[in-house]
Amino acid sequence: MASRDDIKFLNNPNIGQQRKKYCRFKKYGIKYIDYKDPEFLLQFINEQGKLLPRRITGNSLKYQRKVAQAVKRARHLAILPYVADLLK
Amino acid sequence: MRNYEITFLIDPVLSKEDIASIPDTYTDLLKKAGCNIVHADNMGLKQLAYPINKRTTAVYHCVEFQTADSAIIDKMELSMRRDERIMRFLTVKLDKFGVKYNEDKRAGKIPRKRVEKEAEPAPERKSAPTQASSNPKKEEE
Repeated sequence: MASRDDIKFLNNPNIGQQRKKYCRFKKYGIKYIDYKDPEFLLQFINEQGKLLPRRITGNSLKYQRKVAQAVKRARHLAILPYVADLLK
Repeated sequence: MRNYEITFLIDPVLSKEDIASIPDTYTDLLKKAGCNIVHADNMGLKQLAYPINKRTTAVYHCVEFQTADSAIIDKMELSMRRDERIMRFLTVKLDKFGVKYNEDKRAGKIPRKRVEKEAEPAPERKSAPTQASSNPKKEEE
């Protein structure tokens, strides 16, 4: 019987396990999202300027809503675009 | 006592004195109504993300103030709407976290650059550096 180290699987049992997604606001204790800060908000929009879904960013619902509100405010003030191309 | 923050955009084609006098007129309006101005920030000339009124740049101003009387907000907004030199404005009521964030930002506690950091010493301040929270890039797409 081969030792555990020698056993090679055809299908790696660890495949499909990804980095655990977490809400960065909860983890780092960030309570306020500034709408005037485009570099920070760029993390939450894709290169077309659209908001990224929560399942991609890992945000909790509360903070995803705050992010969305901040992005929409930034868009109103022309700090972020509504529609874009190759934003990043 | 409520904290508000109003950000407004001024037309850049005006003369320098005009551009400098506009935020002063509004801060005076606020002071006369008895608000105390916490901070008036000239964010300067910036590129707009999309053209407004055919202009591609604007001078951004942000005024943070405290007031007990919220009727002044309506008056201010009305005068801003009437003022043709102001292209856009946004009034926001700041909650305690917003106030704290602004204070920390002015005190320089919030680092501008993205720093790879693990846990922030959160106990001392509620709003930890927003920039510093970057982790190995989350999948953006």
